[in-house]
Amino acid sequence: MIENLLADVSLIVPEVIVSVTLLLIVLFDLIFNKDKSLIPYIGVVGIFLALYFAIQNIGVNTHAFIVSSGNQNYGLLALDSFGSYFRIIILIASILIVFFAKASSEIQQLKERSGEFYALLFGMILGMLFMVSASDLIMLYLSVELLSLSSYVLAGFTKLRDRDTEASLKYLVYGAASSGIMLFGISIIYGLTGNTNLFIINDVFRSVSVNVLAYSFSIILIFAGIGFKISAVPFHFWTPDVYEGAPISITAFLSVASKAAGFALLVRFVKSTFLLNESDGSWILLNGFDWQTFLIIISILTMTLGNFAALWQDNIKRMLAYSSIAHAGYMLLGLAVLSDQGLLAIMVYFLVYIIMNLGAFYIVMLIANRIGSEDIKDYNRLGYASPFLGVALTIFLISLTGLPPTAGFIAKLYLFLALIDAKMIFVAVIAVLNSVVSLYYYIRILKHMFISESETEVEKFKISMNEIVFILILLVPTLLFGIYFSPMVDFAQSCLSIIGN
Amino acid sequence: MQEEIRNKKLEVGLNHFLTVSVVLFSLGLYGVVTRKNAVMVLMGVELILNSANINFVAFSRFGNFGINGELYALFVIILAAAEAAIALAIVLNIYKRFANVNVDEINNLKE
Repeated sequence: MIENLLADVSLIVPEVIVSVTLLLIVLFDLIFNKDKSLIPYIGVVGIFLALYFAIQNIGVNTHAFIVSSGNQNYGLLALDSFGSYFRIIILIASILIVFFAKASSEIQQLKERSGEFYALLFGMILGMLFMVSASDLIMLYLSVELLSLSSYVLAGFTKLRDRDTEASLKYLVYGAASSGIMLFGISIIYGLTGNTNLFIINDVFRSVSVNVLAYSFSIILIFAGIGFKISAVPFHFWTPDVYEGAPISITAFLSVASKAAGFALLVRFVKSTFLLNESDGSWILLNGFDWQTFLIIISILTMTLGNFAALWQDNIKRMLAYSSIAHAGYMLLGLAVLSDQGLLAIMVYFLVYIIMNLGAFYIVMLIANRIGSEDIKDYNRLGYASPFLGVALTIFLISLTGLPPTAGFIAKLYLFLALIDAKMIFVAVIAVLNSVVSLYYYIRILKHMFISESETEVEKFKISMNEIVFILILLVPTLLFGIYFSPMVDFAQSCLSIIGN
Repeated sequence: MQEEIRNKKLEVGLNHFLTVSVVLFSLGLYGVVTRKNAVMVLMGVELILNSANINFVAFSRFGNFGINGELYALFVIILAAAEAAIALAIVLNIYKRFANVNVDEINNLKE
């Protein structure tokens, strides 16, 4: 019994390290009451250690924390290469966010509360790490809540302006309602099958015919909870408000890592629970609920709404919020293909998306530190105040649009290839048209930065060495992966396997 | 005499529990959508969570699924308590800043 438990714990070393780091941060926060500048470094060391063990875990394919008796060995967590890949993505994003928060003047103003900030941040990371490997509906619900509870607080953590508090209230109300709805869906699935383990549910659905109405109803309810996390239409209402109101570092974290964890959860849920069999990398799902049509409708709605609403936003954080909704729509198409090729497209897209989106948010944060505003109007002539920031933001925005020679192009290319190979030409055309629409609102920022006249004289910005290094860390891969992308794709290709029955 | 009363007594089965839980769920959802006061919205959320709890326990009792359902209900109760604590802290923060807790009046972030 104890041996089993220890063997299982050795499989989740990254999670254990993150938990220990969280406790250490809380302790240091209490002991070193005067000087809190050490805390971010403890966090970074913890995440690096966790990252090291996550990389070691690639290639492991097993179930951990086995609950069922008899000859079935399914557990609470499923550890596989797919999960390791998303763990690595989340941990990389977390390292970047810790440095991001350290540079942000909003977070620097917290002073004695900064220990709590990092402790809550680690709560979020822990929730995400469990989300990517949860293979039991209750584990899935608990990990989503672990992530949510920390992020509700962090969304309003700075309390500098009215909008911070408002953002956390809105996030709380939408989040609590949608996770409650998801729990109700889980309870119906439990009633239909008598179990909450995804693989056992899959066995039951294969052998017993269940009431189609209750079955579809519960799936839609569960999708409400996951759709909230990935901000898919019609569960996206919180996204613009929370992204605009929250501190920029938290906005950036929500838009990359929390979304990545939500996607990993959705992919695992769909594939483990509804897979009938696999042939040549394409998945054949169980009858009863048409996932493909459902996902295509949701994703077309999501990207169209995201792109068109972004057209008339005046606040750049709000615009990036709608743009992140649109990106969620593209990535949902990768799942709608229901094949390994589509999954590869999602994984490549996420790796590129965290780099370019964090880069864009970082520069927005640097500019907000200096001019104290996030209005696109105030960006007039900023390209001349600091040519380096201007050019870097240009490259990130071009990458978000998906134009060559940036990494964003490669991500979109793999996605559209997967769509065309699956004979979903019509959907691919809609996605390409959407990208064209998105060009307008990204280029609009460039117009303000380089062409529009400014009433007031803009002063030159001073950029510190740290900031230049951080931008280059994100800028170089954005350009490099646009040209030399095979290592990235090969890495994703080697992590495709999702553990199944 | 007692035998007759026992025969007339309603047999409480799974359907009764499910009816109660669906009514609770609908009331909770209705509360979340229509109530203006943030505290009332959170009470709606609690109703939704408790309706799921009733489902878990009822399915576990009448479906002979072992005691897993009861355990899940316990997890959910603990989680609901944590969520209520955080929610009330946020609502208190809102009250300090805006001097009211009406969800539709707190609308500074533009649409």
